Amino acid sequence: MMKFRVQLALATLLAANHPPAIAAEAIVLASTTSVENSGLLANIVPQFTATTGISVHVVAQGTGKALDTARRGDADLLLVHDPDAETQFMKEGHGLTRRQIAWNDFILVGPSDDPAHVRGGNDSVAALKAIATVQAPFVSRGDNSGTHTAELRLWKMAGLDPGVENEKWYRDIGGGMGQALNAASAMDAYTLTDRGTWLSFNNKGALVIAVENDPRLINRYDIIELNPKIHAGVKLGPAKVFADWLISPEGQQAIGAYRMNGERLFNPSAGMPE
Amino acid sequence: MGDLFLRDFFDIVGLSISIGLTASAIAAAVSLPLGAALAIFSFRGRRLLVVLVNAFFGLPPVVVGLAIYMALSHSGPLGFLHWLYTPAAMVVAQATLATPIMAALVHRASERAWARYGDELISDGASHAQAIFQILHIIRADLLTAVLAGFGRTISEVGAVILVGGNIRGLTRTMTTTIALQTSQGELALALSLGVLLIGISISISATIFALAGSARSAGNDEI
Repeated sequence: MMKFRVQLALATLLAANHPPAIAAEAIVLASTTSVENSGLLANIVPQFTATTGISVHVVAQGTGKALDTARRGDADLLLVHDPDAETQFMKEGHGLTRRQIAWNDFILVGPSDDPAHVRGGNDSVAALKAIATVQAPFVSRGDNSGTHTAELRLWKMAGLDPGVENEKWYRDIGGGMGQALNAASAMDAYTLTDRGTWLSFNNKGALVIAVENDPRLINRYDIIELNPKIHAGVKLGPAKVFADWLISPEGQQAIGAYRMNGERLFNPSAGMPE
Repeated sequence: MGDLFLRDFFDIVGLSISIGLTASAIAAAVSLPLGAALAIFSFRGRRLLVVLVNAFFGLPPVVVGLAIYMALSHSGPLGFLHWLYTPAAMVVAQATLATPIMAALVHRASERAWARYGDELISDGASHAQAIFQILHIIRADLLTAVLAGFGRTISEVGAVILVGGNIRGLTRTMTTTIALQTSQGELALALSLGVLLIGISISISATIFALAGSARSAGNDEI
């Protein structure tokens, strides 16, 4: 028994020293739950790894947490979507370059019986006001992510602050995009989501798109390389190769080609005016 | 998303098992002698240590994960190891969670055995250090329960491993973190079937260890 246990321990220790799929070079990409939950990175990263041999380890967090991970020096590259927080990050000197690689848009989704009567519109701010007026349940990410700050900007434009006023119908779940959609689906609530996660989400229940095509709902994704003067441990070389690939015609083509049920989730946008 | 490729699947199951077994082995190596020693040696602060070990039985995984995350972060004290977002960090987290569980169970069994056989062992000329091994031998049936309880904790845990491992596809994605991810993609049926499989694997590993221990016992023909 004792001998067996020792052998078992040794065998498993050896196994742990050889984790699967360690390539010659690997970078840690801190990213958002929307690009992970939508399946985009799982689709395009293997294409990149096949041509360059560089592995990309994707850690999916909200944008706020991803930026903090990079601030601590625990990521080599960032793919995020919160313009204001990114500007702050660059101002602090953590970033070297910030380039837009893709865009899609946020949409307001809600229950098909539509208690706030906002369905079919394209004015997201008016829709939030209507939701607040009838006190229809609204799920907020509440996790300092890009989608969460976009939602807070819209509430501000509406002149409301249900989170601070602790309204009962405003449900702050503190979770990722998929978690918020699961919650909204379960409690027949409205929520703001990026279109990519929505299209690939498979538990919509009674949820339908309520408001879309509002210019205020544009959602841009940026790739940020880190400043080696602050983050000496960062693998700047291979990180730059991946960043440049995303901008390149090949990378842009891969992003644009990713579809779910025939619909494009992310529009390539490198070099587009801001 | 939702399509779980076969290669991914074997990576995920293999990683869950190897991390769980490695963490359990490390936890056992620490907690078996520790648990027995706590019963055999009397020293100042022993009672406090016993209370702590038992309290840590219910250590919140997310807190353990956060503490290990901060320690292993590049800006943390152990950042030079470069273990964050690797399987090594997950083993550390799981071993930390499993150790107090095993130690507390071993201590309880050792205490009983020591009360019964302690004087006999010492009068037979064993030193206290030698007595640790003899006590562990006497309670070997309880060791099995202790180790399996610890292993159960490691393989079923998600809060700590998702924090320190990052749920990286092909590197640190385990069965529990995959279930969390599938759930967030709204793939509830897939998540649930993976959950059923996880339970199945847990049961098979426990059953295998029980069977091996049973045959070892009958072959050894020892008194229990």
